[in-house]
Amino acid sequence: MIALLRRDLTLALRAGGGFGLGLAFFLIVTVLVPFGVGPQAATLSVIAPGILWIGALLACLLSLDRLLALDYEDGTLDLLATAPLPLEAALSIKALAHWLTTGLPLVLAAPVLGILLSLPGPGYLWLVVSLALGTPALSVIGTFGAALTVGIKRGGLLLSLLVLPLYVPTLIFGAEAARRGALGQDPSTSLLLLAGITLATIALMPFASAAVLRMGLR
Amino acid sequence: MPLSIHDLTLARGGVPVLTGVSLSLQPGRALILRGPNGSGKTTLLRTIAGLAPPLSGTIEGAEDRVAYAAHADGLKAMLSVTENLTFWASVFGQIDINVALEAYDLHALKDRLAGTLSAGQKRRLGLARLLVTGRPVWVLDEPTVSLDAQAVAMFAAAVRGHLEGGGSALIATHIDLGLSEADVLDISPFRAADGALVGASDEAFL
Amino acid sequence: MSIWSYANPVKFLGLSAKVQPFLWGASAICVVGGLIWGFFGTPDDFRQGSTVKIIYLHVPAALMAINAWFMMLVTSLIWLIRRHHVSALAAKAAAPVGVVMTLIALVTGAIWGQPMWGTWWAWDPRLTSFLILFLFYLGYIALWEAVEDPDTAADLTSILCLVGSVFAVLSRYAVQFWNQGLHQGTSIPVATGGRSVADVFFYPLLMCMVGFGLLFLALVLYRTGTEIRLRRAAALRARAGRAA
Repeated sequence: MIALLRRDLTLALRAGGGFGLGLAFFLIVTVLVPFGVGPQAATLSVIAPGILWIGALLACLLSLDRLLALDYEDGTLDLLATAPLPLEAALSIKALAHWLTTGLPLVLAAPVLGILLSLPGPGYLWLVVSLALGTPALSVIGTFGAALTVGIKRGGLLLSLLVLPLYVPTLIFGAEAARRGALGQDPSTSLLLLAGITLATIALMPFASAAVLRMGLR
Repeated sequence: MPLSIHDLTLARGGVPVLTGVSLSLQPGRALILRGPNGSGKTTLLRTIAGLAPPLSGTIEGAEDRVAYAAHADGLKAMLSVTENLTFWASVFGQIDINVALEAYDLHALKDRLAGTLSAGQKRRLGLARLLVTGRPVWVLDEPTVSLDAQAVAMFAAAVRGHLEGGGSALIATHIDLGLSEADVLDISPFRAADGALVGASDEAFL
Repeated sequence: MSIWSYANPVKFLGLSAKVQPFLWGASAICVVGGLIWGFFGTPDDFRQGSTVKIIYLHVPAALMAINAWFMMLVTSLIWLIRRHHVSALAAKAAAPVGVVMTLIALVTGAIWGQPMWGTWWAWDPRLTSFLILFLFYLGYIALWEAVEDPDTAADLTSILCLVGSVFAVLSRYAVQFWNQGLHQGTSIPVATGGRSVADVFFYPLLMCMVGFGLLFLALVLYRTGTEIRLRRAAALRARAGRAA
């Protein structure tokens, strides 16, 4: 399992691995928003938590179609499916690798981008906490979507169509927590619900992902 | 423990391809599958590897004992030869990759990125992967594609070594591998008759 | 005789052909009768005026939009557990009907909302949930279209339907939480939800709901028949191709 994690991380970091693409995309989305809604700090600070959450979500989505498609094309998935490692575990590891290379950098970059959007002072802590709690769910749910579309040619767009509705609860609770934090209100209810979703998806989604991947490899 | 397959029926895309396939593969033996394109060799091998379920019939002695290799080798262009092999070795709970490097003469290439190898060299690396799985039953689909005569000899030697160590191999191929001791099975007679009703998923609609 | 015997496509088509004329007839009577009764036979609401009468389209469509997904969930489970092809195809056949019902519910909701709330669209929890349901339907249909092997498509969409159902329910509660959180509980009430409907409105509404239910059933049976015939044609073609 550690070998698989190490391999995925190595691949992401080497040339052509796409590490940093999500981060760059996140930055660009954040920079474009003021061009769209105007530079007034008052407007920006109201929408900042939501924009940062949506930016992080889209950046996560962007890298999903590489999550399994490359391993499918070069036969790695066939071989993993016949390996002693259960497919559920392999997919959990791949989701973890995706989070470490995409989700975690987004969490760390979010406060910096918060400055660009005049995020109010108390919001920084809760933005980071909500993203840290929520992005693992995005990776795990995304792995399910990637497994669903693995054998499909040009599955990238379909993947977005399938995964985005599944992201709704995570986005709602995550952005709500960040928004309440920024307004100086108590975000704990949203955070607890968000943590609940994340824990439940981490526990259950790998089974669904492995089931659909086995069907897709057949 | 032999690999024994009894009365296997297989479908591809809902249409039956093979029926009544029975074969047995003892440890230390190799079996070469022959048959024209589209006769169902790949389907049979994927089923034995556990990647696809059969329509009916039983497969014994395959679970967690098969090392499968097909056209795609599961190699990453951005990893070196050593890294690729070490990864698959540790996935299968093995450590030593030197035997594999030795058998396919890959020592000189071991620090090269897999992406910079020629097609034949990649194929050798893909076959070397079998040696780091530690699995007794090799299930190989066209293993010699893009190999030159010398590399085919390496492959034959590796298979022979595997058989001597008590392993077995099931190989689908069109060429002569120089494995004179291997049994040969032509799967054409198992081809599902036209209109045969064997439980394929499209039959519900006929 | 077991109900499962109708999982055989030929038997299913036979029964479906016998039942369908009655279903079409009954649904036409109920829908047309219910709508005429509702539109012309009931008084205007003292507060909402004649606009209230759109409930005779809005409520039954919304009801069927949810029921269609529920039916897909049940038939998907039957496919996963018992591998009856008719069940998987019925789920496939129901999805577009469900989409249209969802669209009707959304559009009639918007048309009703305009005079009532002064806006075509409000992010009311109920409306938002339907919009999310609409997205789930789109994803489900797109996955059916994208997968080439029909059995694999049935498997994948069934799992998507199961997972999607869980997330749809989750979204429903998340949306309620979200809007109350935003508006501090002052969200615009959807008239049909909370208040009791007087009998004079209720009976034609009931008739319309029954009519939409029958219409849904007839459409699904018809479309399932089409899907079965398509699969039969594909199966015959595949076999003929092999023989050649």
